[in-house]
Amino acid sequence: MLNGKTLKLADNFLEIDAGLSKHEAVEEAQRCLYCYDAPCIQACPTGINIPSFIKSIASGNLKGSAKTIMTSNPVGASCARVCPTEELCEGACVLNHSTKPIMIGNLQRFATDWAIHNKQQLFKKAEHNGKSVAIVGSGPAGLSAARELARFGYSVTIYEAEKKAGGLNAHGIVSFRLPPEIPEWEVKQTVELGVEIKTNIRVGTDIQADEILENYDYVILAIGMGNVPKLEIQGEELDGVFDAIELIKETKENQIRKDFIGKKVVVIGAGNTAIDAATCSIRLGAENVKILYRRTAEEMTAYEFEYEFAKQDGVEFRWLTAPKKIIGKENQVIGIECVKMELSDKVKEGRRTVVPMIGAEYVVRADIVIKAIGQTRHIELIDQFGIVHEQGVVKVDFATFRTSNPKVFACGDCIFGKGKGEAMVVTAAQQGKQTALAILQHSDLLNEDTKSNLI
Amino acid sequence: MADLSINLAGIQSPNPFWLASAPPTNTGYQVQRAFEAGWGGAVWKTLGDPIINTTARFAAVSFNGQRVAGFNNIELITDRPLEVNLKEIAETKKRFPYHALVVSLMVEPKREKWHEIVKKVEAVGVDGLELNFGCPHGMAERGMGSASGQVPELVEKQTYWVKEVASTPVIVKLTPNITDITVTAEAAVRGGADAISLINTINSLAGVDLDTWNTIPHVAGKGAHGGYCGPAVKPIALNMVAECARNEKIKIPISGIGGISNWKDTVEFMLMGATGVQVCTAAMHHGFRIVGDMIDGLNNYLDEKNIASVTDIIGKVVPKYSDWGNLDLNYKIVARINTDTCINCNKCHIACEDTSHQCIDMLRDELGNSYLKVREEDCVGCNLCSIVCPVEGAIDMVEVDSGLPPMTWNQRQEFIGKFTDKVEIKK
Repeated sequence: MLNGKTLKLADNFLEIDAGLSKHEAVEEAQRCLYCYDAPCIQACPTGINIPSFIKSIASGNLKGSAKTIMTSNPVGASCARVCPTEELCEGACVLNHSTKPIMIGNLQRFATDWAIHNKQQLFKKAEHNGKSVAIVGSGPAGLSAARELARFGYSVTIYEAEKKAGGLNAHGIVSFRLPPEIPEWEVKQTVELGVEIKTNIRVGTDIQADEILENYDYVILAIGMGNVPKLEIQGEELDGVFDAIELIKETKENQIRKDFIGKKVVVIGAGNTAIDAATCSIRLGAENVKILYRRTAEEMTAYEFEYEFAKQDGVEFRWLTAPKKIIGKENQVIGIECVKMELSDKVKEGRRTVVPMIGAEYVVRADIVIKAIGQTRHIELIDQFGIVHEQGVVKVDFATFRTSNPKVFACGDCIFGKGKGEAMVVTAAQQGKQTALAILQHSDLLNEDTKSNLI
Repeated sequence: MADLSINLAGIQSPNPFWLASAPPTNTGYQVQRAFEAGWGGAVWKTLGDPIINTTARFAAVSFNGQRVAGFNNIELITDRPLEVNLKEIAETKKRFPYHALVVSLMVEPKREKWHEIVKKVEAVGVDGLELNFGCPHGMAERGMGSASGQVPELVEKQTYWVKEVASTPVIVKLTPNITDITVTAEAAVRGGADAISLINTINSLAGVDLDTWNTIPHVAGKGAHGGYCGPAVKPIALNMVAECARNEKIKIPISGIGGISNWKDTVEFMLMGATGVQVCTAAMHHGFRIVGDMIDGLNNYLDEKNIASVTDIIGKVVPKYSDWGNLDLNYKIVARINTDTCINCNKCHIACEDTSHQCIDMLRDELGNSYLKVREEDCVGCNLCSIVCPVEGAIDMVEVDSGLPPMTWNQRQEFIGKFTDKVEIKK
């Protein structure tokens, strides 16, 4: 045992939460008031009819329950696990004002788990309408758009750079919170509708943007974001410096490295990816894990439950601490020089800025440094499509999700601007749906038949 | 997608879910909203001479925090003029030609009164009539509702009068406030009824306020019995439906009513002989939208079982419902406790020890851990332990070989009878 975790490292990556038993789920479902015009529905970015799916759990109609969820949210099984429910549906539950809110996330997981374990295919392929769409990226936004378009009758091809489809859900969220088989099932639901996913094809490298623009009626960019940007400090090239996204991806591919055992780890940044990198490190056997953040707990972007989870995992937090230089010996990280910061009254992108305190430098011992200070943008690829962007954030008309090129649409993290709140999986899923609908409207195919498919 | 449509004595309905004649079907506005929500049919709130209602009217019984386990009402039939109702019925039927629109009727037990109302109602175009011989409060004091529904001759005669003039199917709605509901059901058949619907509400008093010493509900400090319905009455209704369904003299379709809240309850009623169901309390608790899950759940259930039409399940369990005398006395089940799943609340032990057959022992293993074990040789297979057990899968009732061939009480008595006869002959 190390840090309360087993040394059989792979076991540390099994899903932590066992989910509700049938008994617990039915009992909880019966506690739901089945509100009319329920605030939980309003609070869900994808507008899942939550009271309805819960009622179906209570009545034993689990297929109907799963279908209600997945109709509104094509990645509803993943969202059941990764949504910040206390800020969304559960936060809006009227029972917050009387007893305690319904465990909506857990119930959503119960219903979708049932569908996964019982190998349910919830949707039917529509008749082909003669139009084709290429989607770049198979993450929550791309997959969601594909699922909807397939239901409307479009011929859909997704180009995915990785060898496995699913995007962030498949590669970017730690397995102990989101096991790989969940996004796999969501991908399968979409593929069964006739959507073709070409994996291992990086648009811009393996196939040119022009070729895609030529061969399809519409193109959707759902390319998300890239790896972690450079810290732009000395020592970044040393052995022992990791990219959080790469590290998490590795664990998702079942490559459980042994070189974290007994090490001192420092994670830079305090978003959800930083927390994931920190808790991953603990599970890889690190002796001590510290998160360094130049602001305070107030400003950090990690969800409250992620923060709580990290604390319970034994992750230490060093607030108002910025890295100045990574110190190495024989090309190997041995520490990190930090500087104490203080909050200023200036607000930038919705958060208070910080300034370094003069003479407040100190060194933290570290064997490993993990960068988790956000993600880069796929600027080159966006440029190849010749569409307008602002520092890599694709510009769209939010009513139609259309870019500066009328046949190119964009959704998900690639249109997510700085300082615009949180980039959530559930928001990406909703944008994917809306983009599909916008294409449907643009194709002038919105009729009684297709309307019946809309939620 | 299974076919959910039904045909109840000639009344077509897109699905078996009807709203019962009750407050939810008081107006055209309500019934049309219900059809929009997906209900396949509705029985319009009882027409007759308009009455005056009291306040309050409803009360409900909560059971351990679960609201509306049972529902009690003292509301009477329609309080609106016949012409207004008929106008709205006509409008509703015009808007929803393929939904089942049945109208509930109640007049004094006089031939001409029945003839008059039947003609007026059928003239606006309805799919069927339901005779309210069940309302247990208020109207009964005026010789209508259950007062006439409790007298088989009156049931037969009034049904006959209606059938003299009716051109649409006639459903007779029966009261459960009677010793044997098959007697009045048979009377309805003799009168020429095309179908029966049951049960209406059961005489009830919802409660008494411990501080004010008023009844619940009360009207200016005074109470009167109401009619009880909702989930709590389901087992009573299910039995009455099944008793009618297995009665050789009652070979007409049954519309099942009583505590039906979801698709599962519906399946149970249909398996026990109902052709369709009527719902009220669940809609009053949650709104018309509950029909969405009822339709979806029923459809998924039928698809899962590869049943093409919901009508294929009607009455399928009726042959398995019989008299106690036909049950196998040598069939034996015993309780088995799964120690791994058991949470050691000891509820099964105390239930068995105090109130059944004292066959569950509280023991300790070699490590001193508590566990419970059934002495199977003493277990009578009563189910009590598994009923009180709070954990799923902790107690299984398993079939064991009694070593004896099947024998019912009736067979046993027949055998003894033969033996006794022989003895008598010898004498």
